Amino acid sequence: QSRLGFCRSSPGCLSLALLCRGGAELLFDGVKKHQVTLPGQEEPWVIRDLLVWIKKNLLKERPELFIQGDSVRPGILVLINDADWELLGELDYQLQDQDSILFISTLHGG
Amino acid sequence: AGDAFCRDCFRAFYVHKFRAVLGKNRLIFPGEKVLLAWSGGPSSSSMVWQVLEGLSQDSAKRLRFVPGVVYVDEGAACGRSREDRAKTLTDVRQILQTLGFPWPIVTLEEVFALPPSVLRCSAQDPVGTMGTYKVAVDSFLQQQRTLAAEGLRGSPSSAQGEEQPSQPCTQDSQDPVGPPPAAQTEALSQLFNSVKTLTAKEELLQTLRTHLILHVARTHGYSKVMTGDSCTRLAIKLMTCLALGRGAFLAWDTGFSDERHGDVVVVRPMREHTLKEVAFYNRLFAVPSVFTPAVDTKASEKASIHRLMEGFLLRLQAQFPSTVSTVYRTSEKLVKAPRDGCAAGPRCLLCMCSLDVDSADSATAFGAQTQDFSQTPPPTPRAKA
Repeated sequence: QSRLGFCRSSPGCLSLALLCRGGAELLFDGVKKHQVTLPGQEEPWVIRDLLVWIKKNLLKERPELFIQGDSVRPGILVLINDADWELLGELDYQLQDQDSILFISTLHGG
Repeated sequence: AGDAFCRDCFRAFYVHKFRAVLGKNRLIFPGEKVLLAWSGGPSSSSMVWQVLEGLSQDSAKRLRFVPGVVYVDEGAACGRSREDRAKTLTDVRQILQTLGFPWPIVTLEEVFALPPSVLRCSAQDPVGTMGTYKVAVDSFLQQQRTLAAEGLRGSPSSAQGEEQPSQPCTQDSQDPVGPPPAAQTEALSQLFNSVKTLTAKEELLQTLRTHLILHVARTHGYSKVMTGDSCTRLAIKLMTCLALGRGAFLAWDTGFSDERHGDVVVVRPMREHTLKEVAFYNRLFAVPSVFTPAVDTKASEKASIHRLMEGFLLRLQAQFPSTVSTVYRTSEKLVKAPRDGCAAGPRCLLCMCSLDVDSADSATAFGAQTQDFSQTPPPTPRAKA
């Protein structure tokens, strides 16, 4: 896979697109897309770490509506590059540079 | 569900389910006017999209009913400002205009203008049996062949009467001239604010919305209303209704068809699709939807019975992936009590179901003692819930 534009700030850092839909964006001040850069660290970044990072740095309110325990609240779907995270190892999926993580809340009716 | 799909197989599976639910139940007749209740949310958006695609297929597989879409602006019940509501309506209109069906937009404030006749169950047309359905389809196909033979076929939809789904229907949009009078908005706001619990608010909203949509259906000549309730939502609804004391009416509240209103039947074609499937489909195939905050947006898990049930079922589902489908399968087994026609028994003014009362008082010891079993006829069988 060719990656256009890579992370320059430090070795091992990751550039990710985080998207929110279906009402999940309400917890992020209505912002639907976040382009984030995760700093390099000893262990490779996995989704579990990402969630902790999101809770600390991006979630504006009501964390319990997004995260429960170390995973997302039941009813929130996670897509990694448009594929179901269940097929990719869920919390243990190892993040790659330029990955796109989409959170869709199915809890909001319609 | 536990099965992995590639994109194309998923699409085929999803569409097939929708068509199969409609085909299996055989309640929608060719040429019938069906009103699609669209909330802007994912499930109803997916439903509208399926109908749109289904209408444009080759004639053998084409859906044959005549749709309209209704959108209810419930902003007043949620305390939304005029500006927010107007902005949502702009997005809503943009989508509706591309559909090519008639699309009345109504505001919840219009409930105040509903005539008392909405609370009366109208005379019921006999539900078509298999034989009648087949006859109707055959005669419809015959009609189409005749038109083709006489060279009268213009657009494929000309056999459906005056409705022309292929044309943009801006004249039929029935868009309200402007925002509703402030007094009505205020009255609605007050009504909802006076309701103390979120549970009661959700139920009230549901009741008012249903009456309004049915009224729209009746005044525009629609005999069916389609709602986008998914499998997940219906499983949650089933448990919630039990908790709310509506056990006797589960079959109507969660079944494919709901005939309690008599002349207009509510059907639920999305009932075999889970919320997850809906979300994936909408994402992969770019189904447009409009997100609107509702009365329960950002409510905590314990804020209402609805929220509690939702949290309970979804959490259980995460660990036991057959939870939702098990509840759903149970709901399919519910039997409706035999209907003696609308005149039998008083009905609830709010939900229009027959009152679940046992006038013979047979459940109490006193009632049992005073009952003379040789004289009274056996009690009518109730819905098995």
